[in-house]
Amino acid sequence: MLWLLFFLVTAIHAELCQPDAENAFKVRLSIRTALGDKAYVWDTNEEYLFKAMVAFSMRKVPNREKTEISHVVLCNVTQRVSFWFVVTDPSKNHTLPADEVQSAIRMNRNRINNAFFLNDQTLEFLKIPSTLAPPTDPSVPIWIIVFGVVFCIVIVAITLLVLSGIRQRRRKNKGPSEMDDTEDKCENTVTIENGIPCDPLDMKGGHINDTFMTEEERLTPL
Amino acid sequence: LVRSPDKRLGWGVLWGLGCLSVSFLISLYYNMVLTWVLWYLLNSFQQPLPWGTCPLDLNRTGFVEECRATSTVSYFWYRQTLNVTAAIEHSGSVQWRLLACLAACWAVVYLCVIRGIESTGKAIYFTASFPYLVLTIFLIRGLTLPGAVEGLIYLFTPNVHTLQNPRVWLDAATQIFFSLSLAIGGHIAFASYNLPRNDCEKDALTVALLNSATSLYASIAVFSVLGFKAATDHGNILNLINEFDFPEHSISRDDYATVLTHLNSTQPERVAGLHLEACHLQDFLDKVPRGTGLAFIVFTEAILHMPGSPVWAVLFFSMLFTLGLSSMFGNMEGIITPLLDVGVLPRWVPKEVLTGAACLACFLSATCFTLQSGSYWLEVFDSHAASLNLILFAFFEVVGVAYVYGLDRFCDDIEWMTGRRPGLYWRVTWKVISPLLLLTIFVAYFALLTQTPLSYRAWNPQYEQFPLKQEKSYPGWVWAVCVLLSLLPALWVPGVALAQLLAQRRRKQEDTQRDTRLELQDSGVC
Repeated sequence: MLWLLFFLVTAIHAELCQPDAENAFKVRLSIRTALGDKAYVWDTNEEYLFKAMVAFSMRKVPNREKTEISHVVLCNVTQRVSFWFVVTDPSKNHTLPADEVQSAIRMNRNRINNAFFLNDQTLEFLKIPSTLAPPTDPSVPIWIIVFGVVFCIVIVAITLLVLSGIRQRRRKNKGPSEMDDTEDKCENTVTIENGIPCDPLDMKGGHINDTFMTEEERLTPL
Repeated sequence: LVRSPDKRLGWGVLWGLGCLSVSFLISLYYNMVLTWVLWYLLNSFQQPLPWGTCPLDLNRTGFVEECRATSTVSYFWYRQTLNVTAAIEHSGSVQWRLLACLAACWAVVYLCVIRGIESTGKAIYFTASFPYLVLTIFLIRGLTLPGAVEGLIYLFTPNVHTLQNPRVWLDAATQIFFSLSLAIGGHIAFASYNLPRNDCEKDALTVALLNSATSLYASIAVFSVLGFKAATDHGNILNLINEFDFPEHSISRDDYATVLTHLNSTQPERVAGLHLEACHLQDFLDKVPRGTGLAFIVFTEAILHMPGSPVWAVLFFSMLFTLGLSSMFGNMEGIITPLLDVGVLPRWVPKEVLTGAACLACFLSATCFTLQSGSYWLEVFDSHAASLNLILFAFFEVVGVAYVYGLDRFCDDIEWMTGRRPGLYWRVTWKVISPLLLLTIFVAYFALLTQTPLSYRAWNPQYEQFPLKQEKSYPGWVWAVCVLLSLLPALWVPGVALAQLLAQRRRKQEDTQRDTRLELQDSGVC
């Protein structure tokens, strides 16, 4: 008798859970893409965990707090890993409406992902779109900050170059006129070195400095 | 401008003015490309990079429609950078972000050319060596990426079929011509600052060889990255695996072909329903867009896949920026030196004012490229402003030196400068080969331009085959602008020549009038 009941239950379950059945969702996992070497094998224990997570999500929905793990039915598990699942009501005769399941999964998507170390792209619920994270918009776009820095540096550099150019030109303009003045002054002043006036060379007559005697005069003639 | 007092080379001023106009047109759109590079550079200082994700649509369930249809990088380029309209007639509004970046670019250019060769000479130490450093880094990084070898094999295997197409040879000739920046006047401007007894033969050889070596170096780096990008594109395999529920990673790239044929024979309808594209590395590498598409779409996507993306993005775009900047120096010299020589402004006006005025004029004229249709206008300028004119100028320069000035006198000058006469190779090339080649290229280019209908590819989200670009033809007035751009610089030469001829004739008339008056006076006094 028990065997018959068991077969009946599984038969009904099998009817409820079929690819493209009403209220059924396909799930696709890409464990090796996500985890590489640390990938775990998908076995019945993992399936049990999945059923538990779905049941957990359904229990959060008002009016569905009595959802049990046995109410979640998986079928058509492939090597990919992909499978179909439905959530049945306590009587196990009908499947819960797709919208309820969808909203429940969407609310708890993060918890489900984390249970399997996956993310929205590697644990896909086909037909259930995930709510995408809002883009992180800083109050000031970063490019404006960098632009401000670069532009300020360039403007400062240009200003410095222009100012130094103006200063150079002013010095050059003053330079030739200053040289003319000093030439005029040279004619009239007497240069003073160490307090002793230096006579210009052309004022002196020729004086012979005795210490510098020529070779011929030192040697007495033969 | 050739600084020779010889009367026959007073005509050199004409080429100078022609080069001035060509350099002006080139500077306008060249700095726009630099603006785009600067925009990308400013946006590279964040993780994740902005061109890696699509913006969300209004109810946050999916991405913006346009972004979903194409890729994130294309969306960032066409929508968030250019904000491009669907046709060149629809100008749209000025994009203030691009305008700001354009102002910054022109400020940087002004900073570097402010004192002429004084400042340019110092700036170029950095802008010329930095790209080599970054290129080496990219080469090392590129060669260590998976799939790089395939890219390199593709680069170095000659495709005999392609080589038989004369169009390819024409493209190669024009490419080397523009790569060496001949006839723009930049070379002559820079060379005029050298000492008179400079070994120009060695310089010429060095420039040419270094240019080609750098191109080869850069292409190795680029193709290794392209090979990597092609290797990471395995969307087809994923589709197959998902459809037939094969285990993950069960189909490698090598098995793909066999598995596909097997599936096609057993379950053809399901395979057909997947709409798989043919997956050949060759096809991908053949379809890589050229020019702006290569840098802003293909390379940015490749950078996204490299670990540490912001660093690579910053390096890449700063390299592009410094490369473009050093080219801009040549262009600006081509504008400023003729203006200085002709003496547009009086002597007492400092050089900074002249360079500032030139940069300001270029900036104001270039604002038309910051419109939403700016990229289409840039294509117009790129294909029409420079090409024909430069080839023509180069042809007349070679002919002018070899025939009008006299090859013997030229060889004498070079002997005076370098100490040895140019060999047979140089003489034959100057006299025969170069003019012939230039004439052939000019004629072929002209024929090609007149034959191909003037059309462009527009980015139109409303197009049925979006994301393919829509082929549209230029409206009449744009076509007129194209013709004007092509002819205007070349018209300087006969125009000024005519003016000088008329001036000479008037002077001769005045002289003869004066002579006859003197004769009359003499004869009158008796």
